[in-house]
Amino acid sequence: MIRRFVLAFGMICAGFAAHAEIEIQEVTSPGGFKAWLVEEPSIPFVALEIRFLGGASLDAPGKRGATNLMVGLLEEGAEDLDARGFAEARDGIAAQFRYDVGDDTVSVSAKFLTETRDEAVDLLRSSLVSPRFDEVAIERVRDQVLSGIRSDATDPDEIVGDAFYGLVFGDHPYGTNQNGTVESVTALTRADIVDAHRAALAQDRIYVGAAGDISAEELGALLDKLFSDLPETGAPQPADVEVQTEAGVTVVPFDTPQSVAIFGHKGMTRDDPDFFAAYVLNTIFGGGGFEARLMHEVREKRGLTYGVYSYLSPREHAELMLGRVASANDRIAETVDVIRDEWTKMATEGATPEELERAKTYLTGAYPLRFDGNAPIARILVGMQMDDLSPDYITTRNAKIEAVTLEDVKRVAGELMKPDELRFVVVGQPEGLEATVGQ
Amino acid sequence: MRRLTLLFAFALSLTAPVAVSAQEAGKVSTFALDNGMDVVVIEDHRAPVVVHMVWYRAGSADERPGASGVAHFLEHLLFKGTDTLAPGEFSATVAANGGSDNAFTSFDTTAYHQRVAADRLGLMMKMEADRMVNLRLSEADILTEREVIIEERNMRVENSPGALFREQKNAALYLNHPYGTPVIGWRHEMEQLDLDDALAYYRQFYAPNNAILVVAGDVTPEEVRTLAKEHYGPLPANPDLGDRARPTEPRHLSERRMTYTDPRVSQPYITRSYLAPARTSGAQQEAAALAILSQVLGGGQTSVLTQKLQFESRVAVYTDAYYDDTTLDASSFTLVVVPAPGVSLEKAEAALDEVLAEVIAEGIDADQLDRIKFQIKASQIYALDNPASIARRYGNALTTGLTVDDVQDWPDVLQAVTGEDIVAAAQKVFDRRQSVTGYLMAPDAQTPQQEVTQ
Repeated sequence: MIRRFVLAFGMICAGFAAHAEIEIQEVTSPGGFKAWLVEEPSIPFVALEIRFLGGASLDAPGKRGATNLMVGLLEEGAEDLDARGFAEARDGIAAQFRYDVGDDTVSVSAKFLTETRDEAVDLLRSSLVSPRFDEVAIERVRDQVLSGIRSDATDPDEIVGDAFYGLVFGDHPYGTNQNGTVESVTALTRADIVDAHRAALAQDRIYVGAAGDISAEELGALLDKLFSDLPETGAPQPADVEVQTEAGVTVVPFDTPQSVAIFGHKGMTRDDPDFFAAYVLNTIFGGGGFEARLMHEVREKRGLTYGVYSYLSPREHAELMLGRVASANDRIAETVDVIRDEWTKMATEGATPEELERAKTYLTGAYPLRFDGNAPIARILVGMQMDDLSPDYITTRNAKIEAVTLEDVKRVAGELMKPDELRFVVVGQPEGLEATVGQ
Repeated sequence: MRRLTLLFAFALSLTAPVAVSAQEAGKVSTFALDNGMDVVVIEDHRAPVVVHMVWYRAGSADERPGASGVAHFLEHLLFKGTDTLAPGEFSATVAANGGSDNAFTSFDTTAYHQRVAADRLGLMMKMEADRMVNLRLSEADILTEREVIIEERNMRVENSPGALFREQKNAALYLNHPYGTPVIGWRHEMEQLDLDDALAYYRQFYAPNNAILVVAGDVTPEEVRTLAKEHYGPLPANPDLGDRARPTEPRHLSERRMTYTDPRVSQPYITRSYLAPARTSGAQQEAAALAILSQVLGGGQTSVLTQKLQFESRVAVYTDAYYDDTTLDASSFTLVVVPAPGVSLEKAEAALDEVLAEVIAEGIDADQLDRIKFQIKASQIYALDNPASIARRYGNALTTGLTVDDVQDWPDVLQAVTGEDIVAAAQKVFDRRQSVTGYLMAPDAQTPQQEVTQ
C-alpha cells in the first residue's frame, strides 16, 4: 500500500519566496514493514535511515555498555564473512554503513549506489540479522571502548555530561554513560552481547526513512529483506523518569584552564500543546544564533565565552531544558551569574515583540532549507515518524510557528523556565563559585 | 568499530580523497570580474537553496611575524559593523531571512559563507561586498572580541592535551615556514593583538582581486554573473597586493622527537608527521599517490595499519593516516598509533615502522587499490548530494594555488595512480630526517610534577 502526499511549502513572511516541493510516499512492504520515502532519481544512490527505538537504555541490569559494544560489533563480521571479509565486501561496492547508539535509539545510516544496491542490502541485512560476534572481534572492540572510557574520564566535556545526568537521572539508564564503566565493560561476555542484540534489534521498534534513487515497490522489497528475520519483539522499554532539580551549583574539581558547564532543569514533551511556544521561546533565549539573548549577553557584550546555547531536550522517558557554556576558570562565576539573571528575566518578563518577530522569521525561513539532500531528507523522515507526526506536518509546521503569540511566549516562559530549579554543573577549577550544599 | 572518541580532529585532515566527476563538472561554471575577482558557480536545482561563499587568498600563514592569530581575529571582527551595518546586523539580517552564516580561517585561506533561500543571494552579495571594504571597528569591539578568541583558544586548545600536543608537534615540524604557528595564534601574541594589527591585515588582503566567489545551489551562472557584477563589480582592486611569498623550508637534516606529558592524558599515543609535498598546479601525480597512500595505510577497516596493528598483532586499538593534499606550501603526512593496553609507545612506534617498511618492500595489494579507486569514484556520486562540499573543494583549491582545471583533472589523476607510484612516493616522504615523532603521555606516577607544563 502506498499513499502519496505532494507537499509544497511556501513562506508566509512578507516577500519571502522560498518554496520547496517534496513528495513523501508512505510505503508498507508486503511483509508489513513501514517506511517513508522521497523518491529522487537524479543521483544514482539511496540514503537509508533506520532507527530501532530503545537504544542503550535497554542495557540489562549490571550490563551497562552491552548495547554500545554490541552496536560497535555489527560491522565486525556477519554470516560467512569475518570482520575483514565484511569490510572488504562493503568497501568493494563503496557502500557506507554507519551504526550508532544513543540513549533511546540504535541508528543505522546507509548509503549505497544504485548499481550495487542488491549486494549492499544483502550485506546490511547480514550485519543486522546475523552478526557473528566473534570472540576476537569482541576483544578488539572492547579494548577500543575501554580506551574511549579512559579518555573520557579526563575530558571535561565528558565529565560534565556524566555529572549532570547522574545528578538528574540517578538510577535510571539516562543517569549513566551508555559506554558503561571499565568494570562493567570488562565483565561483558559474548552471551551478554547476543542478548543485547536480541533486545535492541527487533521488528516491533523499527522506523525507516529513505530518499534517493529507489521506487516504493523496490523499497518495500528491501524492507522485507532487511527485517523479516529479526525477532518480532525486543526488550520492554524502560520506565519514564521524573526530573527534579534544586537550584544551585555542583562543582566537579578538575585541573584544566577553562571551566565547562551544563545547566538546566525539567523541560517539555514534544507532544505538549505548548511545544511550539517553547521552541520559539528557546530560539529567542538561547538558540544557536548571535541574536539569542544568551549569546548576546555572555559573548557579544562581555566576551566571557566562545559559545553558549540552550535547547529543549525531549527524550523518550524524560524532558529537559538544557544549556552549555565554557569560560576561563576566573570568569566562569560571572558567566553563571549572567545566565542565571537572564533565566530569571526571561521567566518573569517574556520576550519583546521584535524578538518574537525575528525568531519567527528565522525559524520559518530556515525550515525549507533543511531539505537539501537525500541524506538530510532521510533523517528528517525518520525523525518525523518517531515524533508521531504525519507527512503533512511539513506544510503545517510553519503555521504553528506563526501562531505563537507574545502572550504564549510569556506564559510558557513562566511555566517552563524555573530559576528556583536551575542547576549548574561546573567542571574545572572555577574561582569565586560556591558549590551548593545538597543534591 | 572504527570510530573512537579520541580527539583526532587534526585541523588538516584528509578523510577521503573526494573528487569531481564528469557529470558534476558539467554543472560547474567559472568566470572572472573585471576587477580580478574569480567566480565559481556549482548548480544544483533540487532544492531552492544557495550557499554563498567568499574565499580570500589569505590565511594565518600570511600574517606578519609577531601577530599570530590576527587572520582569525579579523575574521571574527568582520561580523562587527561597517559604514552601513551595525555590529551584529550582518548575521541578524541573514537570520531574518531564514539563513545561517559563519566563517573560518585556516593556514591558507579565510572564508565567509551563508546558506539562504536562493532568492536572497543578491542581499548576501550586497552585505559581503560591503564588509570587504567598509569595515568600521571600535576599540570596544576589539577588546571584547579578543576575550572571545582567547576563550575559543581555551576551548579548542588549552583544555585539550591532544590539541596542545599537536600544536607543539607542528611547531617542531616546520623549521622556517609559518605553518608551524597555530592558526588561532600563540596565546601571548593573541593577548597583544590590537586594532592596528587587524586593520593592517584587512587593508592588505581584503580586496576583490584577492577573493574568490563560490556559489552553489539553485542558481544559474547568468544570474550569478549579473548579481556579482552589480555587487562585487564596483569594488576597486588592490594594486599593491603582492605575491604570497612566504619563508620556505630549508633542507631537513635532523629527525625531531618530542614527548608531551599532561595529567589529563588517559590514553597515550604516538604520532609521526613527515613533511610532504601538496598538489601542484599541473603536476598533481605525486600528491595523488600520497592521497591514495593515506587510504592504503589508514582508510578504514581494510587498511594496512588497521589490519596489521589492530587485527593481526593487536598492538594498537586505533590507527590512522592523514595527508592534506590541498595546501599552498609544504604539507605533511601524519601517522597515528594508539597502543593497546600494556603496549609501550616505543613498541607501538617500532610496529609502525615495521609496517611502513613492509609496504615499501612488498608494494600495494592490487585488490585494495581497486577498492580504493572504486570508493573514490563512488564518493564523486555521493558528493553530488551535498553541493556545499563541492563549493568548499573549489574554494580550498583556488586559494592554495590550484586552478579549476586542476580540480577537474584530480579524479583522473587519482585513478591513474599505480602501486609503483605509491611506493615511490612513500619512499621519498618516509624519511625520518624530515619528520617529528611525538609521544603524548600522562606523567609517570614516580615522576615529579614539574614536567607538566599545564
